[in-house]
Amino acid sequence: MTEALIAGIVVFVLATFIGVEVINKIPPTLHTPLMSGSNAISGISLVGALLVAGDRNWSLSVILGLIAVILATINVVGGFLVTDRMLQMFKKKEVKA
Amino acid sequence: MNELIPSGAFSGISSAIPSVIQISYLVAASLFIIGLKQLGSPATARRGNLIGAVGMLIAIVATLLDRNVLNYEVILVGVLIGAGLGAVMAQKVEMTAMPQMVGLLNGFGGAASALIAVGEFWKVIHSGAVPPLDETITIILSVLIGGITLTGSLLAFAKLQELVPGAPITFPLQQPVNLLLLLSFLACGGYLIADPSSTAVFLGLTALSLVLGLLFVLPIGGADTPVVISLLNSFSGLAASAAGFVLGNNILIIAGALVGASGIILTEIMCRAMNRTLANVLFSAFGSKQSVSADGGATGNSQDKVVRSIDPDEGAMMLGYAKSVVIVPGYGMAVAQAQHSVRELADQLERLGVEVKYAIHPVAGRMPGHMNVLLAEANVPYTQLYDMDDINPEFERVDVALVIGANDVVNPAARHNASSPIYGMPILEVDRAHHTIVIKRGMNAGFSGVENELFYEDNTVMLFGSAKDMVTKLVAGVKEL
Repeated sequence: MTEALIAGIVVFVLATFIGVEVINKIPPTLHTPLMSGSNAISGISLVGALLVAGDRNWSLSVILGLIAVILATINVVGGFLVTDRMLQMFKKKEVKA
Repeated sequence: MNELIPSGAFSGISSAIPSVIQISYLVAASLFIIGLKQLGSPATARRGNLIGAVGMLIAIVATLLDRNVLNYEVILVGVLIGAGLGAVMAQKVEMTAMPQMVGLLNGFGGAASALIAVGEFWKVIHSGAVPPLDETITIILSVLIGGITLTGSLLAFAKLQELVPGAPITFPLQQPVNLLLLLSFLACGGYLIADPSSTAVFLGLTALSLVLGLLFVLPIGGADTPVVISLLNSFSGLAASAAGFVLGNNILIIAGALVGASGIILTEIMCRAMNRTLANVLFSAFGSKQSVSADGGATGNSQDKVVRSIDPDEGAMMLGYAKSVVIVPGYGMAVAQAQHSVRELADQLERLGVEVKYAIHPVAGRMPGHMNVLLAEANVPYTQLYDMDDINPEFERVDVALVIGANDVVNPAARHNASSPIYGMPILEVDRAHHTIVIKRGMNAGFSGVENELFYEDNTVMLFGSAKDMVTKLVAGVKEL
């Protein structure tokens, strides 16, 4: 295995532990927003898609990358917006709509 | 392009760019962690989501500075299309359809990750190079996880949207077929590692992972959906991580790992709330065996027992003259879109001085927290919603428990009938309340296929009809008290 791969695995394992620690105590009321919010974060693949689609010369790779850009952007934008829309509705006190 | 810039004033700036990108990724990763942390408390959740979005924006802008990203016009078009579609979806989606929405978005994320891996493979092969061993392995993994996430999520979406039957779908030799496909995937993977230039084998691998995604979700359905949605959520994160390994990009690895962890935690919570292992949920095709109810798994002598049915006016009377009422919503409330009527009923009861609480089972509905979102939409303050562990000790003192479209999660058989398939599952103990009113369409068994003992208890009465109709009639009845 190369050093880059090892370094990647180190980052992955540590990030997983952070994720578990940060998310562990979440109240059930917020399960859905957590899911859609974290779902939006998984749209980070947009960064990878940009790198693949960024080539000046048209090729199959660029086309696949472009499709990935579109799908990942839907994931990111849709995910964050719908989470915000949901969280807007969570209120502690009664408010007349 | 970069190599063409002569040394001098510009080289200082351009050589700093890679560091700027890496630092921006670090900032973005930190913001994701802070955002997720804040998503964990109702008071800060909205800000947490915003912080996550800012992190994403920073990561994206930083990536555009990368010297390999030159195709700005094309990228802009792609981003605009995606942002437009995403925004419209987020605005239009009904709150009851949130499980479908999350399912679909999971699928898109998975697809993007798989496409990155395929695109990268293509790029390397066409540059005439042979991908090194570790890149081949990460590409294979990325295609596998991304592909499964894509088709699995699309099928889960189709089931929730009722484009295909929501019940578990099984066929003969299902497990052997799955195992065979998995083995072929491993064989193809091994071949590709030995000969990374074989495009045909690579395409075969891609196709296999897409089929595996379908087969994985096919036998899971109905009330087990919260588990599968959580798991696919985790997969969409792992797919991004895998793509990060392919590209050697830390922000993808970190963000993907965070989402992977969050999805797995939710999956575990859902499994625990049903007292079943993940393997059991994934492979047992729970709820597809009708024989369970036929052999009377729960109540062998249900024929001897009597079900008492009442009309809405009588129900309104019971509720209106109670001191305390606990409402237990289930998927039936979501299907009937009855959350607003439920809220109206609670308002009317509170007007009469009745104390109203809501009891939410962790797996009620079709995704984790589904009921909470619907009640929030209907303007119910979240302080009135109680988790299972908090409300169960209170049922003994509750005058009326009103069950709306929930079934297995209130079946007392889970507590004492060791032969029942749902034995050991934690339930909302509505049978301990002085009276229980169950709103239900008919006497059909719940998703588990088990008859519900609750319906035959002496202090249980049934209100037969759709959740929305019945609750609306209850509201009218309570208004006249």
